[in-house]
Amino acid sequence: HQVLRIETRNEEEVKKLQLLESLEHLELDFWINPSTPALPVDVRIPVNSVQAVKAFLESHGIEYSILIEDLQVVLDQEKQDMAYSQQRERSSNSFNYGTYHSLDSIYAELDHLAAEYSNIVSKLQIGESYEKRPLYVLKFSTGGSNRPAIWIDAGIHSREWVTQASAIWIAKKIASDYGKDPSITSLLNKMDIFLLTVTNPDGYVFTHTTNRMWRKTRSKNQGSSCVGVDPNRNWDAGFGGPGASSNPCSDSYRGPSANSEVEVKSVVNFIKNHGNIRAFLTLHSYSQLLMYPYGYKCTEPADYAELDALGRAAASSIQSLYGTTFTVGSICTAIYQASGGSIDWSYDYGIKYSFAFELRDTGRYGFLLPANQIIPTAKETWLGLKKIMEHVRDNPY
Amino acid sequence: DIGDVGHKYHLELVLEDVLDKDSTVNCTAEVLYHLGNKNIAPDVHFTIEGELKNTDEADNIFYNRIKSLEKELVAENIPDSHGNVSPEMEPIRLLAWVASGYVIWQNSTENTKFQLAQIKHVKQVKRSDEYLEFDYMILLHEMVSQEIIPWQMTVLWHPQHGVQVTQDSRQPKHA
Repeated sequence: HQVLRIETRNEEEVKKLQLLESLEHLELDFWINPSTPALPVDVRIPVNSVQAVKAFLESHGIEYSILIEDLQVVLDQEKQDMAYSQQRERSSNSFNYGTYHSLDSIYAELDHLAAEYSNIVSKLQIGESYEKRPLYVLKFSTGGSNRPAIWIDAGIHSREWVTQASAIWIAKKIASDYGKDPSITSLLNKMDIFLLTVTNPDGYVFTHTTNRMWRKTRSKNQGSSCVGVDPNRNWDAGFGGPGASSNPCSDSYRGPSANSEVEVKSVVNFIKNHGNIRAFLTLHSYSQLLMYPYGYKCTEPADYAELDALGRAAASSIQSLYGTTFTVGSICTAIYQASGGSIDWSYDYGIKYSFAFELRDTGRYGFLLPANQIIPTAKETWLGLKKIMEHVRDNPY
Repeated sequence: DIGDVGHKYHLELVLEDVLDKDSTVNCTAEVLYHLGNKNIAPDVHFTIEGELKNTDEADNIFYNRIKSLEKELVAENIPDSHGNVSPEMEPIRLLAWVASGYVIWQNSTENTKFQLAQIKHVKQVKRSDEYLEFDYMILLHEMVSQEIIPWQMTVLWHPQHGVQVTQDSRQPKHA
């Protein structure tokens, strides 16, 4: 396979390329589609079509250059590089928490943590994604039977990479701090923690393979060529209300019905079957916000005063480390009205301590947060989570 | 609330130098969002209390570096998936950020919140005069709808004449 770069000089040439684009039998894969003469057109050509395409371009006097002579060579090299660094990671027995990882790499680390800290960490599967990937939750427990528990999830929106990365760091932190940090030790002696590091694995893989900006699940929508549902508009909380789209092509599409997404349903089932979850904490990025319900309506929750005070205390803890400021408020006032959100569901279900975090930054890098900010983000977020968990521990209800 | 006209906001803000966190300047502004017609950009009036830092040296270094390139600059995915920006591309990114500010202003309403998400592609366009011209394909993140919107913009720049967006157009979203 070759990748050509075609420099179009005028609208006429753009139109000729658009004609080429329509010839499906050539199986051309445009990396940059012909749209304006100001931009180059990059196209991947399968080996059987190379001669035909070059002949077409030459006969029309359209200039091109070879961007990639042999795509397979490039892919092989990349695979080799990745395998090499993965091998180095494996043999040095250390997972680099300060970089972004593939799904497989994160899943391997979950197993590693469960093995290394087997006295308190175990891995559970709570379901499967649309594309049949396992949904793995880490359970942190020192025993007991169905103890009151705290739920934490990350990566429900796949492009929010700092959340999955922070979650795996937090997993390591909880596991390694037990027995050393008095606060976490006393917490785990009374309560369990459940941590879902990658809530939307299909989306996460898609951000690695195809579109870094993908947000939704990867479920097919009947009657539409557009894929995916916004999993944080799919919960049974004000479903169908304002702040979610009914258009499958929208990035905030709520889905055909509440809990239509298996990823959401799996969490709902787990929480209901457990029956003793006391806090529901979810990680998103970006904006630096710490929010409590409601999103589907702009009225205050009954526990407004307590949740607001606790939120402010958590934001204060976060700020104490690097000065990062989080704005505290209900979803409706802090961000926008949004129906079908997870913490609205968990709160109305009876889980009083329901909070949603929007982590770094405030827009400078947005979703593309540099890897060197992963650990600082994870560390400050951990302080906020801990503040909330301590309160939950000390205020049983 | 200005009856029959629109909504006016009075803002007091602090401008912080992206390259020097300790360098700040106070600013006041008035923004008027027009009622009804969403195709008019909001009116903006502002006053900066004090002076912005002089950037002549850095501007000239960047300008001369681009002018002396043998081939026109071409780059993509700034930042990359992992948030990396090479030092050579940092001014290209800052230029896009400024230019996208104009595009965002022209397309903002009270119900939008835009951020520059990424530069997908940038290509320098050869010019016979002393201006630098770049053709950008950027991705804008609109927070209320959560959409990622591709946008093409042609940007002119010169150290003494500042930034100009000479052409911009919203692009269709990929499936």
